[in-house]
Amino acid sequence: MTVTYAERLQGFDWSLAEKDLGIRRGDPLNIGWHCSDRLCELGLARKPALIWEDHTGESHTYTFDDVRRYSDAIAAHLLSVGLKPGDRICLFMDRLAELYIGFLGVLKMGGIVQPLFSAFGEDSLWTRLDNAGTAAVITQMKHVKKVRRIKERLPQLRHIFVVDGAGQALKAPETALAMRELPRPAGFKVHPTTAETPSVLHYTSGTTGQPKGAQHVHYSIVSQYLTAKWVLDLRPDDIYWCNADPGWVTGTSYGIIGPWANGVTQVVLDAGFNAEAWYRFMAKHRVTVWYSAPTAIRLLMRDGNELVRRFDLSSLRHLCSVGEPLNAEAVIWSQEVFGKPFHDTFWQTETGCIVITNFPGMKVKPGSMGRPFPGITATVVDPATGEPRTGPGQVGVIALRPGWPSQIRGYWNNPEGYRKKFVNGWYLCGDRASIDPDGYFWFVGRDDDVINTGGHLVGPFEIESALLEHPAVAESAAVATPDKVNMEVVKAFVALKPGYEPDDDLELEIMNFIRKKLSPLAMPQSIEFVDSLPKTRSGKIIRRILRAQEFGEPVGDISTLMND
Amino acid sequence: MDDQKKMILDYVVREYLEEDDDTEITYDTELISGGIVDSFSMVSLKRFLEKKYNISIPDADASPEAFDTVNSISALVDRFKKA
Repeated sequence: MTVTYAERLQGFDWSLAEKDLGIRRGDPLNIGWHCSDRLCELGLARKPALIWEDHTGESHTYTFDDVRRYSDAIAAHLLSVGLKPGDRICLFMDRLAELYIGFLGVLKMGGIVQPLFSAFGEDSLWTRLDNAGTAAVITQMKHVKKVRRIKERLPQLRHIFVVDGAGQALKAPETALAMRELPRPAGFKVHPTTAETPSVLHYTSGTTGQPKGAQHVHYSIVSQYLTAKWVLDLRPDDIYWCNADPGWVTGTSYGIIGPWANGVTQVVLDAGFNAEAWYRFMAKHRVTVWYSAPTAIRLLMRDGNELVRRFDLSSLRHLCSVGEPLNAEAVIWSQEVFGKPFHDTFWQTETGCIVITNFPGMKVKPGSMGRPFPGITATVVDPATGEPRTGPGQVGVIALRPGWPSQIRGYWNNPEGYRKKFVNGWYLCGDRASIDPDGYFWFVGRDDDVINTGGHLVGPFEIESALLEHPAVAESAAVATPDKVNMEVVKAFVALKPGYEPDDDLELEIMNFIRKKLSPLAMPQSIEFVDSLPKTRSGKIIRRILRAQEFGEPVGDISTLMND
Repeated sequence: MDDQKKMILDYVVREYLEEDDDTEITYDTELISGGIVDSFSMVSLKRFLEKKYNISIPDADASPEAFDTVNSISALVDRFKKA
């Protein structure tokens, strides 16, 4: 019988999760150990932990004992070459098994694991590796050339491991790291990290400056375990699929830590989007719990109801969504074709776990984000004063009282940037919302210039900086523009240097220029050539005017404009 | 027809593969589901086709499935050339 939201709230304390996980305060705590060794000790050694499949249908199953042994071997190998606890070690690859198991391996040797989206171009990659002072990158042949091209500008990068590099032409300091061929270390001891030892470093974009490294600690497992259990409703016999990439926080909090801390079998599809292939994959593996994203759901909706009905998806028991607001149409569609609604979940890189959500058994109000997870104090506030704005119809910025286990402990080398996220004792999420009389949160929009495209936050500054490197671009602004599938996509406004004329060829050239330098997510999906950009009297480009135009919203006060 | 497919294939290899990537791409290689072209990058590929063949492909027809192989892309181009 489903436990109600009210019952979950009653007498809640995070120690519930500590007790389940056998965590005693002051003892060593290591996510890598909890997600592999501990499960073997609990008798789950032979249970499948990971069923991996690629787009050709090739698949491989790894038990929890496999995950334990291979992650031990990776950890021992990293230590054997001189890497040390506290080193930042980047995972830069597609959704290979080595990504999931290597994640635990880095944590087990005490390293700080830095997963990066494999579609990043070399500029995006360099920015994040340079900022973190990354000591090693674990990658694959498909992506090693991007690392190779920037290696000379990364003096702290000492090792590049290539998981499929055996027998390939590698260049020092590249070496092959074949997970299954590594020697089995006898008596390997997991590094005795503590609750507050840094664990995962995820980069996230803001309005100003380059992306910031969100610094998580091993204690985050407490929140990730319990939210996976209660919100994703994970149970011992589930087959779970989270289709997020571990280059982003959903792919690690709920694509590695949450399910494995619960001892749940998960399936991974290392392939691009294809509706038919996705349905076939879920039917083949009898997926019971599916954590997806609105963009993917809207793409599936576009392919129609007939396609989904060709597959037996009766195994699906619970559906959740994350990344951007889930529109009411998607909730209604899932009810129609799967016989159950998608449950929206709200959180972000900095929160480390789901903080506002629709619980199993809770009445879903289509289009609402749901209510705060127990142990999370959430409201909406005036971002200038931090005063709550919870009256009828009032809109404010979603704010959380600090102190839940998976809250990041800061931004890497940027304490001032983290301090600015707090006002009047509240952590500000940057999303605007209202709260209805039943306590449900309703998303309104972003409170800044960050672009949420397909559930990923893209910072305008990084795009504008890259645009200026194109020889034709004199100045630029990157803003969000509405999109039916991705909610928002990047649009660039570009003023050209003398001697350049706008045309279709130049537009396509600039689009591809950004795609290769940064990533496909950051590529402007359209470019508007302009004579000049709106600026303040001090010369700062005012993106909000351009964004407001894109969304058909009022521009607001423009009295400080200098060129209008 | 084969000229058109070759043009599309050459563009994919030039724009979406690393310079010295020796991955063999054929007219049937799965580009989207195979992870060579992601769904965001489809937009630049669509722009290229529209410009090259002076056609307009509605967003509703620019699905990941329609862009999954050179053969399917070429068929899509043919459809809108005739429209």
